This record gives sequence, C-alpha cells and structure tokens, in this order.
Amino acid sequence: MIRLYDYELSGNCYKLRLLMSFLGVEYESELVDFYPGNRHKSEAFRKINPLGQLPVIDDDGLVLRDAQAILVYLASKYDGSGKWYPRDNPDLLGQVSQWLAFADAITATASAARLHDALFYTHIDVGACRAGAHRLFRILDEHLFFAEEAGQDWICPGDHPTIADIACFPYIILSEEGGISRMDYPAIRRWCDRFKRIPGFTVMSGVFPAGPAADEDSKLAS
Amino acid sequence: MTCHDRILLDDWHVVADLEHLRQHSRQSAELFEQQLDINLRADGSAEVRHKETGRVLPSQIKYGFVWVCVGTPSRDIIEIPEAGEADRYVVSGGSFPVRASGLRVVENFLDMGHFPFVHTGWLGEEPHTEVAPYQVELTPDDEIIATECYFYQPVASPTAEGGIEVEYKYRVYRPYIVSLYKTNPAYPDRKDYIVLFIQPVGPEDCVVHNMLCYLKEGMNEPDIRWFMQLIFAQDKPILENQLPKRLPLDPRAETPIRADKVAILYRRWLRDHCVSYGAIPAA
Repeated sequence: MIRLYDYELSGNCYKLRLLMSFLGVEYESELVDFYPGNRHKSEAFRKINPLGQLPVIDDDGLVLRDAQAILVYLASKYDGSGKWYPRDNPDLLGQVSQWLAFADAITATASAARLHDALFYTHIDVGACRAGAHRLFRILDEHLFFAEEAGQDWICPGDHPTIADIACFPYIILSEEGGISRMDYPAIRRWCDRFKRIPGFTVMSGVFPAGPAADEDSKLAS
Repeated sequence: MTCHDRILLDDWHVVADLEHLRQHSRQSAELFEQQLDINLRADGSAEVRHKETGRVLPSQIKYGFVWVCVGTPSRDIIEIPEAGEADRYVVSGGSFPVRASGLRVVENFLDMGHFPFVHTGWLGEEPHTEVAPYQVELTPDDEIIATECYFYQPVASPTAEGGIEVEYKYRVYRPYIVSLYKTNPAYPDRKDYIVLFIQPVGPEDCVVHNMLCYLKEGMNEPDIRWFMQLIFAQDKPILENQLPKRLPLDPRAETPIRADKVAILYRRWLRDHCVSYGAIPAA
C-alpha cells in the first residue's frame, strides 16, 4: 500500500490526500510531527527526504518527494480515465504544468504567510508574502473569470478538473490563516465552491465542506 | 488598550513552550501587548525580560512551559495532579496563535453544541446534536465546574474505534485557563485530561498553549498531538470569524440557550472578578 508521510495541517500533504480520495486509492499515513516537533528536519527523516520537507510517498519502494511531482505520478499511475493528468494531450499538458508551477508560487507566498501567522515562523517577511499572494490571486481570479465566460469550470480547459486544480486549491482555501482575504477574488471563491463539490472531496482542518449546491433554476446568469 | 485587571496582572501566564524554547534558546513573546524577551539559561531555567524597560519579571518553569507574572504574584500556578501521574503521557500539543480574545477560546472550549457542526465526524455528527442538561457549579475554591456532560462522539479520541457516548467534566481555574476531563474507553473510573493555558497577547489576540495528559494504555504520543491539532485547527477559523472578537459580558449582548449554562456562569464570574481584558464589559 502507498505510504504517505503526512502532517494534518500541511496543505501540500492535503493535495495528495485529495487526489487519492478522488481516485479511490488506498494509502496509509505515517504521521510526521512537523510542529512543534520539527521532526521533518530530523536526521532520520532526512534519510527519506534530504530536503527535510513534506510530503513524501513510498509506493512499493518508489520514494518520491514534492507535492506536484507526486500528483503527476499518482494521476499517471492510478487514474485510468487519464483526465486528472491528460498525458496524451500536449496542449493541455503544457497548461497543467504551467499551473503546477503557479501552485508552487502560491506555496512560497500564501503558505509562508500562514506559517508565519499560525506556526511561529517569525523569520518570514509576512508583508512580502501577503503581497506576493495577492498578485498571484489577482492573476488566477482573472484567468478563472474568463474561463467561466468561456463556459469552463476549471483552471485548464475541458470538462474535468486536473491536478492543477488540486495543486492550487489548499493554500488558497487556507489563505485567511495567513491574513490573506479572498474577498476581492469572486471567481476564485466560485471555483473553490465548485472544487468542494467534486465527488470524493475531503476536508482538512481549517477547510469546511460546501453548502448544498443551488438548484439549476436559481443559478445566476443561467 | 492596556490591561488594568489586577486579577490578571498578578497572575501567572504561560508565554512559551519549553520544548520550543530549547530549539531556539531564545524567543520573544507578547503578553498584554507588552513585548517580552525569553532566554534559556545554561542551568535550564528561563529569564523573562520586559523588552522596553529591561526589567526581569518573575518567572517559573512548570509543566513544560515558561510562566511569567507581569505584576506581583498573588497566588501560585494551578496544581494539576494528572501531570504527575506516571501512567499518563504528558505532552504539549503545540502552541497556536489565534486572532480572537482568549476568553472566546475558553468559551468555545466549554461548548458542546458546536461538536457536530465544527468537528463533524470526530467529536459529533448529525443527527446527534442535542446537548442534554448538565450540572454547573461554582466551587468554594472559586472555580467553575460543569459535570454530567454527555455527548455522542464518532471518534472521541486519537485511538477510538467506533462511536461512543462520552462523559465530560469541564473546569475553569482562572479567567484564561480551562480544562476538561473526558472518558477513556479503557478505564471506567479514570479520565483523560486536557488543559488550555491561554496567553492573552492582546484583547483580541491570544496564543493557545495546551497540555495533554492521556492515559498511556493503548495510546501513543504522536497520535495525541495529531488529534489535538486536528481538532484545534477546526476551531481556529470559527473563532477568528466570530464577532465581536471580544467576549461580551452584558447578559443581554448575546442570547444564550440552555446548552450555554456553563458559559453563562463563566461570563458572570468574569464580571464578578472585574475581568475586562479581552471582554466587552457590561454596561
């Protein structure tokens, strides 16, 4: 069985829990005491990941680090439909990769601000992180607005979400814990609600499920 | 807003988790909007200085935390016998800043009504939403105790297997210190114990420190910490979105229901002790 080196409050670990839940893939969590124990920086854990970061998976001896890389691996291996990571569609694949990199930038800003505010990472320049996150959120909000105008629900074109949506979701939905309001990003907020209604969606602490969907008749702009 | 409440200024407050301090050997903290510098001395004791004046404040290390008093200590740090029982794990679940009054955190901790909605699938689930009547009293030691608190919980503890009816006992020791005793499925006559030591950073900001005293049988330390963080991180966004951020002490300010019996007494007790820091005083 897949072993996930896991920490409950990590948005990057949550990405993998989400994908495995969407795909119905079984796994077991190996809890790593990230805070306050700092065990991800321990000598023992650095033998598993020399970078001292979560998450890591061990799938039958294949050890992988980096949330985005693991999303690519899991979707390629376990998604029979090929929709979460469309390997045979170069145009789409390029776009997915572009937004995976964007997700990493969200981690470097929105997640860092959250670490500062919530877990005493006091050395972080929280003002710069928040400003950086707002720049990214503005870009994504605009992108999602035009996607909606074109009848698209997800970050990349098509009728199905991709791992790009999964990669971007956690540190956006947790942004308020880092003092980053989503008030000014209505398209992002609508996308978050759609994301929460993907079958198999699961929460983590700090994330709440969507309310019941509005019925078709009462939808705006229908 | 400066704190003028003697009962708070002359009391002991946790400002650092010793394990965290050992990792860094020094750290800063904020208490009643005053900046403190905390240093770990070579002999293992802590020195806490008021940053602005350089004054060394009375401090102690107890239960794995650094405690400080910014005034003149008028009483001792609370006694917790459970922390000395050899068959318990005694662990800190980690210190967490919350953008809300610490008094709000105490009140949330005392509330069972939110279990099915905020801790869905763990400490409660629909349709088991009713809070049955329970007993509340003020003890001769001036503590608030709530007993006979029963609630159905799908996953009541780090190692729970299946839902059980849990019995709680709540205890408010000091305005910013609250604990609970909770059914341990393996021992009918003993309970697991959790206490929150809340550091009032400002009237609308606090750091929640906690000590978890779980009976060792069938339990392990990482799971205790995991479970505490899982539950607490569910409460945090709710607390931070509650308005007003300070706890209103006027009985007419918010409308309580029967399930809030212990909170009603807590607010009255705060009024009687003239606690206004973190509160909206009664008119």
